[in-house]
Amino acid sequence: MKTPIYLDNHATTQMDPRVLDAMLPYFTEYFGNAASRNHEFGWVAEQAVDKARKQIADLIGASAREIIFTSGATESDNLAIKGIAEMYAEKGNHIITAATEHKAVLDTCKKLEKHGYRVTYLPVKGDGLIDLDMLRESITDKTILVTIMYGNNEIGVIQPIAEIGKLCREKGVIFHTDGVQAIGKVPVDVNKDNIDIMSITAHKLYGPKGVGALYVRRKSPRVQLTAQMDGGGHERGMRSGTLNVPGIVGLGEACAIAQREMPEESKRLQYLRDKLRNKLESELDEVYLNGSWEHRLPHSLNLSFAYVEGESLLMGINDVAVSSGSACTSATLEPSYVLKALGLGDDIAHSSIRFGIGRFNTEEEIDYVADKLVSVVRKLRELSPLYEMAKEGIDLSKVQWATD
Amino acid sequence: MAYSDKVLDHYNNPRNVGSLDKGAENVGTGMVGAPECGDVMKLQIQVNDESGIIEQAKFKTFGCGSAIASSSLATEWLKGKTVDEALAIKNTDIVNELSLPPVKIHCSVLAEDAIKAAISDYRTKQTKRVPSEQTVA
Repeated sequence: MKTPIYLDNHATTQMDPRVLDAMLPYFTEYFGNAASRNHEFGWVAEQAVDKARKQIADLIGASAREIIFTSGATESDNLAIKGIAEMYAEKGNHIITAATEHKAVLDTCKKLEKHGYRVTYLPVKGDGLIDLDMLRESITDKTILVTIMYGNNEIGVIQPIAEIGKLCREKGVIFHTDGVQAIGKVPVDVNKDNIDIMSITAHKLYGPKGVGALYVRRKSPRVQLTAQMDGGGHERGMRSGTLNVPGIVGLGEACAIAQREMPEESKRLQYLRDKLRNKLESELDEVYLNGSWEHRLPHSLNLSFAYVEGESLLMGINDVAVSSGSACTSATLEPSYVLKALGLGDDIAHSSIRFGIGRFNTEEEIDYVADKLVSVVRKLRELSPLYEMAKEGIDLSKVQWATD
Repeated sequence: MAYSDKVLDHYNNPRNVGSLDKGAENVGTGMVGAPECGDVMKLQIQVNDESGIIEQAKFKTFGCGSAIASSSLATEWLKGKTVDEALAIKNTDIVNELSLPPVKIHCSVLAEDAIKAAISDYRTKQTKRVPSEQTVA
């Protein structure tokens, strides 16, 4: 077993060697511009792009013509939200999203607020899911877009996408979802799930960084977008810019592999995840699961180890790559807004660890991580004045802390 | 973030972890920080009645590695000092010794606060204690 062990697969994934093999010829041998219509070099590139478009569409139950290539999910989210806001500005100015969305969605919405749009940020329940009744009540005749992510990047919960989509369909509102964490991990079908527009990225499913896509529904309803970049009118006028052919080939191949292997792979990931949770919970007291267990991505686990601060925990497992919701690990010195949105106290948010299990993790690695965490948590609790007080029966929520 | 060797050493081998009897009259206890801020330090000193020298110091800390190292270092420095000498320990001394980056300076401030709080608790106990001893005498 090699260390460090990578368990941060929500952040990014290791590229699958099969994806790299598919891409390599398109850097050197087949280097043409897919928009060059009058020679062999361009045709070969275009064929490769068309194949990838089909591979991506097949994975999500779409048609190839509904796939627009971008530089990644942040661009896809920006293009979807701003593009729809601009296109449908005459119909209304109201957008609905959720408090636990990725910053690429939240900050885009905040930007639109400065330009006269009104945004509703739905709170989530304690399990991280939105309340469908609250969504229904929030939709007005001015609502043009609902944007709710498929699977959450921090806590791994899966929103009731099909129901949200159905509700949006009934109300004639466009439904966008950021699908990056879910695609390739759970079956995503734009028709069964009633999705109108969806953000996709390659590097979360063992593909290369810097390439993504946007699914844009062509019929019932036909979704239109105002382009956010001006140029050569590529991608049906929605996204100008020379196509990143090797990257697109990689995204396509990553989708094809995911489609073939997902049923087996998600079972394996879920087995490893459940084993990790069971081991930790059977050997340690006061370990709390963050987010719904039932509605969850198979590779996701987010736990809080009470009375232990997240950064010190990460320090103790420095040969394991994971993330923490602790303020100390973020640039802003604020604990995770996603965990806070679940109603968790800051202390529990500070004590959280996100595990993201991936294609290349082994059972041996999971066992090693579990054992290591148990010993580090025990050691840090010996150091923790809070653990000592809790064991003495003191209710920490009633203590008057000496703060500035 | 890369930690200095000294921070790593204190994190891996924390000095003087534990608790002293907080009811004892020659023990001062300082508890600073709050769980929601991600840092709580408990620092205790035990002062020799005759010499006035801190003969024992213990800590427990909930916080990041730098907070653990700051309080661990503080206990090392406290032992063998008089209370007045202990009051002269400044957070900047801790910053320098542990090579803390700017974002971790608050950990050293917390350690200085914990020292001051422990001494203040000790002194409060002493002022209450003196008259009672006199009456006994």
